[in-house]
Amino acid sequence: MPDADRLTLPDISSLARNTDFWSLRIVEETSECLTVRKNVALPPYMRSDRGAMATVYADGGYGYAATGDTSPAGLAAALARATAWARATAKLALIDARTLPRPGPRGEYASPSLDAPMRSRREWFELLMEESREAEIDSRIVDWETSMETIRATHQLVTSTGGEVVQRYRFLYPGLSVTAHAEGDTQTRTLNGYRGPCQQGGEEILARFEFAGAGKRIAEQALEIVVAPNCPSGKMDVLLMPDQMILQIHESIGHPLELDRILGDERNFAGTSFVTPDMFGTYRYGSELLNITFDPTRGEELASYGWDDDGSRAEKVHLIRKGILERPLGGAISQARAGMSGTSNSRADNWNRPPIDRMANLNLEPGDATLEQMVASIERGVLMETNSSWSIDDSRNKFQFGCERGRLIENGKLGAVVKNPSYRGISARFWRSLAQVGNEDTLQVLGTPYCGKGEPSQVIRVGHAAPACVFTGVDVFGGDA
Amino acid sequence: MMAPRESTAGTMETYFYELAGALDGLVVAGETYLASFSAEASDFVRMNRGRVRQPGSVTQRYIDIELVRGARHATHRLSLTGRPDADRTALASSVASLRATLPDLADDPHLLYANDVHSSREVRGSSLPPAEAVIAAALEAADGLDLVGIYAAGPVYRGFANSLGQRNWHEVTSFSLQWSLYHRADKAVKTAYSGLEWVESEFAAKMAGARARLALLGRPARSLTPGRYRAYLTPSAMEEVAEMLCWGGFSGRALETRQSCLFRLREGAVALNPAVSFIENTADGIAPAFQDEGFTRPRGVPLVERGRMVGSLISPRTAREFELTANGANASESPESLDMAPGELRADDALAALDTGLYIGNLWYLNFSDRPACRVTGMTRFASFWVENGNIVAPVDVMRFDDSVFRMFGEQLVGLTAERELVASTDTYRSRSVSSMRLPGAVVRDMAFTL
Repeated sequence: MPDADRLTLPDISSLARNTDFWSLRIVEETSECLTVRKNVALPPYMRSDRGAMATVYADGGYGYAATGDTSPAGLAAALARATAWARATAKLALIDARTLPRPGPRGEYASPSLDAPMRSRREWFELLMEESREAEIDSRIVDWETSMETIRATHQLVTSTGGEVVQRYRFLYPGLSVTAHAEGDTQTRTLNGYRGPCQQGGEEILARFEFAGAGKRIAEQALEIVVAPNCPSGKMDVLLMPDQMILQIHESIGHPLELDRILGDERNFAGTSFVTPDMFGTYRYGSELLNITFDPTRGEELASYGWDDDGSRAEKVHLIRKGILERPLGGAISQARAGMSGTSNSRADNWNRPPIDRMANLNLEPGDATLEQMVASIERGVLMETNSSWSIDDSRNKFQFGCERGRLIENGKLGAVVKNPSYRGISARFWRSLAQVGNEDTLQVLGTPYCGKGEPSQVIRVGHAAPACVFTGVDVFGGDA
Repeated sequence: MMAPRESTAGTMETYFYELAGALDGLVVAGETYLASFSAEASDFVRMNRGRVRQPGSVTQRYIDIELVRGARHATHRLSLTGRPDADRTALASSVASLRATLPDLADDPHLLYANDVHSSREVRGSSLPPAEAVIAAALEAADGLDLVGIYAAGPVYRGFANSLGQRNWHEVTSFSLQWSLYHRADKAVKTAYSGLEWVESEFAAKMAGARARLALLGRPARSLTPGRYRAYLTPSAMEEVAEMLCWGGFSGRALETRQSCLFRLREGAVALNPAVSFIENTADGIAPAFQDEGFTRPRGVPLVERGRMVGSLISPRTAREFELTANGANASESPESLDMAPGELRADDALAALDTGLYIGNLWYLNFSDRPACRVTGMTRFASFWVENGNIVAPVDVMRFDDSVFRMFGEQLVGLTAERELVASTDTYRSRSVSSMRLPGAVVRDMAFTL
């Protein structure tokens, strides 16, 4: 967003008179997605998106209106519609908007390597084609794809209380997947999951995920798992690698701690939570080794920012410390409703959706075990890598997760590769079986651009940093084929 | 009194065709453009605890411009403002940018777009009552109850144009009210009322039905132990299972590369029950009858007949890659109007046919636990009950199932209901969906529950 496009308060301060509070959030995002599939370059897909969300508090009510027209007339019309919604529904409103905070933040945020040079489109295609060709190692490889999505975004928040925040982002999503078919079965192996290696920044992200050379490596693993035996069944230990840990954290800690779920907003769609307000401060969520932080300040992580979309300043806080539940994931509005401390996590996925409580970056703090120590400590178990299947009940308790690749562990040694490694459990008990937490060397910073929630629905960027971890006595099983 | 919503009724079609006219003037000799238009003017009112939580409006317009020269092509999606001068300028900039991109690209051996011109126009639905009036009526009807839900309403637009002169327009003005009445904790009844015309008596009947089922949730809940249970899946529960099949199951590309959950069905290694038939029924759905490369969709594409796979959804790109014939599918090759044939079981007799077992009102959060085996796991949700001798006995605590659709709709299928429901998609990710499914209920002899 060029500076010339920045809103100036005198131009719009007259647009929403006689309201208690208003804000305008302008979002501009451009992206380009390049893909090579089976050594054929697919047509590039570019995207340019710009629009505004107007939010108004008036007469105790709340209303919003979103428009793609960011001209002064378009913004004025949106503020008028939002004001009308606030007034029309004030008597039926769940929340008295007169009690809500009226933020006036000022400042700027920028992603790392925001303006660092980036290779040309032609050079990107050369890299993707090289990895694609390296993946074609066997006739049993039936499909494969390499891709790169680059995104730039600028979010500007202006409030009637004098607030103005400008946040500039750069995201990079490398992707690589290979599918093998043999003996009546099909298995897919990916580079840390579909869009798992997503971060803020520039080309330095590629080296963190060893993208160069990944085509052959991932293809070899796809061939390995398609002919591997199924994961055995039974109670045993599991060593979850970071690209499965992030899913475990996301589904069974992140979502149940969202304060809007706890307050009931999501019960018609995304669900409720087994966590209730009285649990905070005393509830043992996990073992002593469990330390979970909300951290939107880790620069390279996908959902880092300076302020959330309601204008709350981003800061790192503990949600769970030494296994004890401390605070929920709740933005300023949810905090006011619940009378609880929370986090700066009120976020919207674009200009056309209102902010709700989201995860941002939710991390498991590293411990001190090496990977070798964790393997050596397991008498019978399975190491599991890269989530491939996820399902959990609407209270975020009974879960079942599957991974792309497993390795048996017997008597402290890594053994054969197995396919369809899966496990099931109950969130409220599972985290108490956390027996070891890997050190910083085992940690990866990953995430997903596709966390879904809300009515109307939103799909948002979420970051997770996690080390490898060991859980004991887990119900493990494999596939049918 | 509401301020008027940004008015789009009757003007969006004209606006899109004006933009198409501008594109006609922007391409030069040797270039072709394909333009897909997607827009809506929606009211969204979110409710919780029988009150309004978040009310608002969203007006959005997007256009995808694909510029083709020879066998090279690229696509640019851009948001539009609704202001003609600004949008014409944006289109010119977009075409120039795409033109500058093409020399960087290799020829695409799988490019295919429509060369025959088939224009069409479909406009369904008209005016709806003001959203605030619907909400006031809904909350009044639920007075004293813990209601949570969403009302989404307004026109949704889809359009296509190309430089050959083809013009397609699809406009649906519809509403969807989805609400849950909560008894306590996770015990609730979920109901949906959607359509093109709000009929107060139809809404009242649905709310009365929801209240009646809510009363059943007041009985002490039963916790089932893992095991195999006879089950009845309502059409709402069937939607979740069908959505799993739609996740690449009917995709021509996924079948050719054996990534589809149905590739063993296609190869004849397994068969479904002869009562099971699926077609992509565009004629009776609410999705457009055209796709993004300008091809017209057939009225119906048979997919499964009497338990055997007989067809798939083939996009133009897949057609070129695997030397198949395209049949109107978009790039995702996912059904937008899936139709499952009815059975012979009267819906009123479903509980009797279940006899003793699990009545599953809704399923939730399904995923594959072994895709080639079409093995699916997921949770029961909302109003699900334990039934004995054809009578509802008690609500059940949520249970996880993990079973193969090949079994459930194969040897274990007892019967499908003769009555089907049109289940309109309530998906609002990025935009309001125009997909739908027409589905019966199903009685399954035994279904594996694991947690």
